[in-house]
Amino acid sequence: MTFDQSLPLIFMALMGISMLVYVISDGYDLGVGLLMPRANATEKDVLIASIGPFWDANETWLVLGIGILLIAFPKAHGLVLTQLYLPVTLMLIGLMLRGVAFDFRVKAKDVHKATWDRLFFAGSLLASMSQGWMLGRYISGFGSGWNYPVFAAAIALALPAAYVLLGAAWLIMKTEGELQRKAIRWAKLAWWPVVVGMVLISLSTPWISATVRQRWFELPAIIALSAIPLTTAIALVAARLVLDRPIVRKELCWLPFVLLIAVFVFGFLGLAYSIYPFVVIDQLTIWQAASSPAALKVILIGVCISVPAIAAYTVFSYRVFWGKATELRYG
Amino acid sequence: MDPLILARAQFAANITFHILFPTITIALGWLLMFFRWRWLRTHDGAWLAAYRFWTKVFALSFALGVVSGITMSFQFGTNWPGFMEKAGNVAGPLLGYEVLTAFFLEAGFLGVMLFGHGRVSERIHMMASFFVAFGTTVSAFWILALNSWMQTPAGHEVIDGVFHVKSWAEVLFNPSFPYRFTHMLLASGLTCAFLMAGLSAWQLLRGQAERSAPKVMRVGLTVAALLIPVQIFVGDLHGLNTLKHQPQKIAAMEGVWETERGAPLLLFAVPDDKARTNHFEIAIPKMASLVLTHDADGEIKGLNDFPDAHPPAAPLFFAFRVMVGMGVLMLLVSWVGWWMGRRVGWAPQRLSRGLLWVLAGMSFSGWVATVAGWYVTEIGRQPFIVYGLLRTADVAATTVPSSMIALSLAMYVTLYLALIVAYVSVLKYMAEKPEDVIEPDALERAEGRAAAALAKGSAT
Repeated sequence: MTFDQSLPLIFMALMGISMLVYVISDGYDLGVGLLMPRANATEKDVLIASIGPFWDANETWLVLGIGILLIAFPKAHGLVLTQLYLPVTLMLIGLMLRGVAFDFRVKAKDVHKATWDRLFFAGSLLASMSQGWMLGRYISGFGSGWNYPVFAAAIALALPAAYVLLGAAWLIMKTEGELQRKAIRWAKLAWWPVVVGMVLISLSTPWISATVRQRWFELPAIIALSAIPLTTAIALVAARLVLDRPIVRKELCWLPFVLLIAVFVFGFLGLAYSIYPFVVIDQLTIWQAASSPAALKVILIGVCISVPAIAAYTVFSYRVFWGKATELRYG
Repeated sequence: MDPLILARAQFAANITFHILFPTITIALGWLLMFFRWRWLRTHDGAWLAAYRFWTKVFALSFALGVVSGITMSFQFGTNWPGFMEKAGNVAGPLLGYEVLTAFFLEAGFLGVMLFGHGRVSERIHMMASFFVAFGTTVSAFWILALNSWMQTPAGHEVIDGVFHVKSWAEVLFNPSFPYRFTHMLLASGLTCAFLMAGLSAWQLLRGQAERSAPKVMRVGLTVAALLIPVQIFVGDLHGLNTLKHQPQKIAAMEGVWETERGAPLLLFAVPDDKARTNHFEIAIPKMASLVLTHDADGEIKGLNDFPDAHPPAAPLFFAFRVMVGMGVLMLLVSWVGWWMGRRVGWAPQRLSRGLLWVLAGMSFSGWVATVAGWYVTEIGRQPFIVYGLLRTADVAATTVPSSMIALSLAMYVTLYLALIVAYVSVLKYMAEKPEDVIEPDALERAEGRAAAALAKGSAT
């Protein structure tokens, strides 16, 4: 494979990684948004404070992911986004609502605060459900028939549950005392729907897509491939077990969060393996959809310089706000 | 309804909403650094109060800018899939660099800038604030480069209907870019300056923030008074540049239907796009030719020279007059306001209530001028998306039913109106219950004492 031919591959990987980082990072803050109604007034402020310094940067990964789709695979961008016109609109409205509700709630009159909190929850729910629906439609190659919407709807329900679990794990890490105890309970409650959802989706994906079926059940790949579901299962079970130990409230408060990140990473690897080399399953391969090598090279230079810098200051920002969440105050 | 019209209306709604917020944050980022710096220098709690108040405005505006910006990045695909397929080699890298260099920079450091006090040193905090301000400006650079290229394309070749870049320098620094970029940065400065002067005036009218509001008002009026003449000058240069590269845009702005020498300047008219003529003209003879060609008998090309390839005249004609009218008003108000403020030594109790009401009334004048200006620019490029080369109609989504576009348009517009109302009322509410002077907390007081002791020591 020449360098020019490998360019689309590089950008596919980049896009995948941005989407993965997006799902994990905005996933926990969407999850925190979904948990809002379960917290009391003071706890709500802590919930918000725990994600306050990060959510902006988290959403930027979505812009980068969609940006790469737009820049590197323009044909796929048009195809995917026109297919998903309505869910995209709903997701954007959800993201807008929660993004601004978050900022408005502390600045508005006290009587309006509860309304903004409700909108924050509603926006988080709308955004995460639309994302699940979009993922479902995307995996199934936008197929038509009665089973496809059912499949998409199942993911639309499962993804918010996964975000709640991740958000609860984030809170276990970022909070103390009674709220932390609550977060552990929330995590335990969300664990079952996530497991059931993942099993159902894993079973139905090969049923919904012949291409995926073929990829999953061919020998000898299936043996190597089995590492993915196995590791995912181990991480999920370990996360559940650790939730029952007292140590999760102290030194190991970060462990469930890290284990869940592993679950997301392996889920992503499985997905990537199933889809490759398509950017739109059964319709467009990454080479068919890619921009000219000249344009891709120009962006690659920027990527090589910026991505390490982005990583560095993301780490910096997380270090600045390390430890338990405290009240946010504009300096 | 025609899906093309709906798609355009939806996109117009989105850019109109989106541009409101970068217009504030680009300049506000820099002015916040100035407030912070004044506080560090003077240890006057009023500057800290001003800083904190405007940081909140920044956070709110930034959040609205980010979320509406995300919408934009999706709509290229949902509404104009053909644009990226055909012009993606040019537009893609520009948008990519915007995200990579600017968007991440702002978003990454915003948390530290907003909430990092007490967690990082003052120097690191200044640096974070600088990166945020710099990021917003760099963001404007890339977006304006792309927008200018769409207006005055250069540095590319078209092979089989697809654009390929020959020279990135020519693409970036295309003929209209310097004017457009400067015009936008100045617009941001003016929007922010009038917002500052306006909200401070409102606070003074309500008897609030009597120590910090005059300081902010003085900054706002000074910035406005300095920038508005520069803006008018740059705007004129920008107009001449447009005349050279997009004469039909000028023809529509001026309501010139037939090419003529010694064209009059229309103070008022109602251009009629169907009848291809103007009604109710009030004109100054030969003035348009004089202004545009610096010759009273200079030739101005009319819309008749561009059959099927010129923008609608009426929206451009009115939008342009709104922008210019607002500019003239800004010039008057900022100069008179500055002079009156200076005459009373910026003492709030001596500022005339009339002036305060005018300033408060003009809080959002920058928005009006900016949006009107963007309409001139964007509608003026029609019927092309890339001027002269690619028609908007040829890149619109063909597979999306118009009912779906209409539905999402309705949802967006409802949300946008609600958010604008919320934004303005929260700004008003915050202005009415500000912290006026912030007592330095323990650490800062200790620093203050040390500085005072030092000053005392050197005095004796």
